Amino acid sequence: MTPVPFEVESARSLPGPRWLRDRRASAAATLAGAELPTTEEEVWRYSRIAELELGAFRLVEHASGDEPEALRPVIDLVPERAGVIVVRNGRVVRAELADDLASKGVFFGALAEAENPSSLLGSVASAGPDVFALMNDAFAADPVALVVPSGVVVEAPFAVAHWIDEEAAAVLPRLVVTTGEGSEISVLEYYGSAAVTALMVPLVELSVGPAARVGYVGVQDLAPSVWQVGSHVSAVDRSGVLRSAAAMLGGDYARLRMDCRLVGRGAQGDLMSVYFGEGHQTLDLRTFQDHRAPDTSSELTFKGAVSGSARSIYTGLIKVEPDARGTNARQSNRLLKLSEDAWAESVPNLEIETNDVRCSHASAVGPVDEDQRFYLESRGVKPEVAQRLVVTGFFEEVLAQLPVPGVGEPLRARIIDKLEGGGA
Amino acid sequence: MSELAIADLRVSVDGKPILDGINLTVCSGEVHAVMGPNGSGKSTLSHVIMGKPGYEVVAGSVTLDDCDVLAMEPWQRAQAGLFLAMQYPTEVPGVYLDDMLTEAFEAGDRGDRALVEARLVREAAAIGFDETFLHRPLNVDLSGGEKKRNETLQLGVLQPKIAVLDEIDSGLDVDALRLVSRRIEEETNRRGLGVLAITHYSRLLSELKPDVVHILVRGRIVQTAGPELAGRLEETGYAAWEPPENGGTEVGIRGHLHREHPDPFADPFADPFADPLA
Ligand SMILES: Nc1ncnc2c1ncn2[C@@H]1O[C@H](COP(=O)(O)OP(=O)(O)O)[C@@H](O)[C@H]1O
Ligand SMILES: [Mg+2]
Repeated sequence: MTPVPFEVESARSLPGPRWLRDRRASAAATLAGAELPTTEEEVWRYSRIAELELGAFRLVEHASGDEPEALRPVIDLVPERAGVIVVRNGRVVRAELADDLASKGVFFGALAEAENPSSLLGSVASAGPDVFALMNDAFAADPVALVVPSGVVVEAPFAVAHWIDEEAAAVLPRLVVTTGEGSEISVLEYYGSAAVTALMVPLVELSVGPAARVGYVGVQDLAPSVWQVGSHVSAVDRSGVLRSAAAMLGGDYARLRMDCRLVGRGAQGDLMSVYFGEGHQTLDLRTFQDHRAPDTSSELTFKGAVSGSARSIYTGLIKVEPDARGTNARQSNRLLKLSEDAWAESVPNLEIETNDVRCSHASAVGPVDEDQRFYLESRGVKPEVAQRLVVTGFFEEVLAQLPVPGVGEPLRARIIDKLEGGGA
Repeated sequence: MSELAIADLRVSVDGKPILDGINLTVCSGEVHAVMGPNGSGKSTLSHVIMGKPGYEVVAGSVTLDDCDVLAMEPWQRAQAGLFLAMQYPTEVPGVYLDDMLTEAFEAGDRGDRALVEARLVREAAAIGFDETFLHRPLNVDLSGGEKKRNETLQLGVLQPKIAVLDEIDSGLDVDALRLVSRRIEEETNRRGLGVLAITHYSRLLSELKPDVVHILVRGRIVQTAGPELAGRLEETGYAAWEPPENGGTEVGIRGHLHREHPDPFADPFADPFADPLA
C-alpha cells in the first residue's frame, strides 16, 4: 500500500460515487488557494495552530479490517441502542440499524448509501466555519449519515464510534444528522485511538427540524499524541430543541469549535461540555451561540479542569442578530486549575444587535475550593478522597444532565482516572 | 472516658492575635457552653480544634486523650472522635451526603454504605428531617435551619466522642431546636458524648442544659461558672465582661446593663441564611 500524501491532489484519489468525488475535488480546489489560520485571528488566539505540519500526515486510502476490540467496551455502554456504526481510520467497518427503524424510514449508515445523499452533505455546514471544515469536505473518506423522518421518536440512542490506529494518519470523520418535524432522537459519538501520532479533523452537522428534539454527546478520548481540529455545526428550526454535549478528554492539541444557530422562532440550543487537560495537553474550545430568530434561547454550561502543565482555552460568543427579539441566552464556563503550571484562558463575549434580550455570561478559573475540601475532611474523609469528591462534584452539574443516559458514569470514572494521574 | 484538653491556646490570623490563651477541658458526658459576643473568637476556636487551614497556632496545645490533636490532619481528628457542627456549613455542589459519609466510614474502617444508610434513616427520623434530604448535594439549596439539622444528623451517624457545636441554634425554629437538643442530650446520656456548645444566645442553653458555662471575650475566657452564669448574662449582656475602655488588661464584671445597648442580644451579624419559617 503506497501512502497517500495529505495534499490537495490526493482528494481525487479517494473512492466514492461520482458526486462525492466531484464535491471533494471542488473543495480541494478551494483549499488549494487557502492558507492555514494564524493566531492573529481572534478565534485562533492562544491556539497551537502554528505547530501543525500537515505534511507529516497521510490519508488512509484503504478500508482497514475489522471492528477494533478497543471499541467494544465503548459500544457496550449503550446496550439498548437504535443502531451502531463503527468507523476505523475513517472507514465504516460496521453499520447496524434496528429493523423496525429502517421500516419507519430511518437511515443510519454510510452517507453515500442514503437517499439523495448529495443534499445531505453540507446541509448545515455548507460553508464550513473554517479551513479545516473545508479540509473535511475535501478528504472525508466515508461520511456517515443519520436521517430521521418527521414524527419518528426513538428512545434508544444511536452510537457512532471512531478509532484511529494507523501511524501518521490524517482522518477526517464526518457525521451528518438530519431530523424531521417532531422527531426525537439522541446520538452518542465516540472518538478514540491507539497510541499513534495522528491528525483528526472531525466535522459534525446537526440539523434539528421544527419541534424536533435532539440530544448529542460527543466523547473525545484520543491518545495524548493525537491532534484534533474539529467543528460541530448545528441549526435548530422553529420550536426545536438541541441539547449537545462535548466531553474533551484526550489529544495533544485538541480543538473543538461549536456553532449553534437558532434559525426558527422559539428554537432552543443548549451546549454543554466537560473537559479535562493533564500532562502537556492543550484543549481549545470555541463556541458561538448564534440567535437568528425571535424568542430563541440558548444555555451554555462548560466545566473544565487543567492539571500538570496542561492548557485550556475557551472563547465564546453570544450573537443576537437584529431579528432575534426575545432572545434568552446564557453562557457559563467554569474551570478548576489543579496545579501551579496549568494555564487557562476564558474569554466570554456578547454581540447584541437588538433590544429585548436577556443575556448573561459567567466565567471563573480557580483552584479547588478549600472550604469544600475541609468540610469533607472534617467528617473524616481522607484528603485525596475529598479532592476526588469535590472535583467530580464540580463536573456533576454537566454529567448529571447529559442527553444520552448511561454516559455520565463512565465519564465520571475517566475524570477520576485523569485526576489521579492515571494517564490519558 | 475521653477528654479534650485545650491549654494556653494562642492563635493568630494574618499575624493578628485572635485567641489569647484559652484553657478548657471537656470530658465525656459533659456539656460545656462557650458564650461570647460577635467576633470574640468562638468560631476560630472551633476551627482550630478541627484543623481548618488559615490559622496560626502561636502557642498552647489541644489534646484528645493525650494525643496531640494539633499534629493531626482534619480527617484524622474526625476519625479520632472529634466532630464540628459548623456555624455556616459549606455548600459542596455535586457531592452527596451519603457518599461523603460512606467515604468517612471507609477511611476509618468503620463500616460500609449499608450501615451509613441505615443510620441516616434512623437519625433523620429522630430529628424530624425528611428522608429526601439524605441523597442531596451537601448543604446546596438548604435553608439555614435545614443546614443545622443536617449537621446534627451527621453527628448522629458519625458518633463522635467530643462534638463542638458552633451556633447550632442559629436558624432553627423552637421546635427544631428542641428536637436537635434532645438528640444531642441523648448522645450525652447514652454514649457519653462530650459537648462544647458555642452560642451567643441563652435560648440554646435552656434546651441543652450545660454543666459549665464559659464566657469568651476578645479571645480569652473571662469567666467560668455553672449554668446560672447564662442567666446572669441574659440580664447584663457581655458589656459587663468587656475590658475597660482605657485599654487595661484587667477584666471584670462592670455592673449592669448599659442604657446605650438596650438589647445586648440583638445580633447585628444575624445568620443571613436563617429562615424564620424553616
Ligand atoms: N480568616 C480570617 N481573616 C481575618 N480575620 C479573621 C478571620 N477569621 C476570623 N477573623 C477575625 O477573628 C475574630 C474572631 O472571629 P470569629 O472567631 O469568627 O468570632 P465569633 O465566632 O466569636 O463571632 C474577628 O475579629 C474576625 O474578624
Ligand atoms: Mg462564629
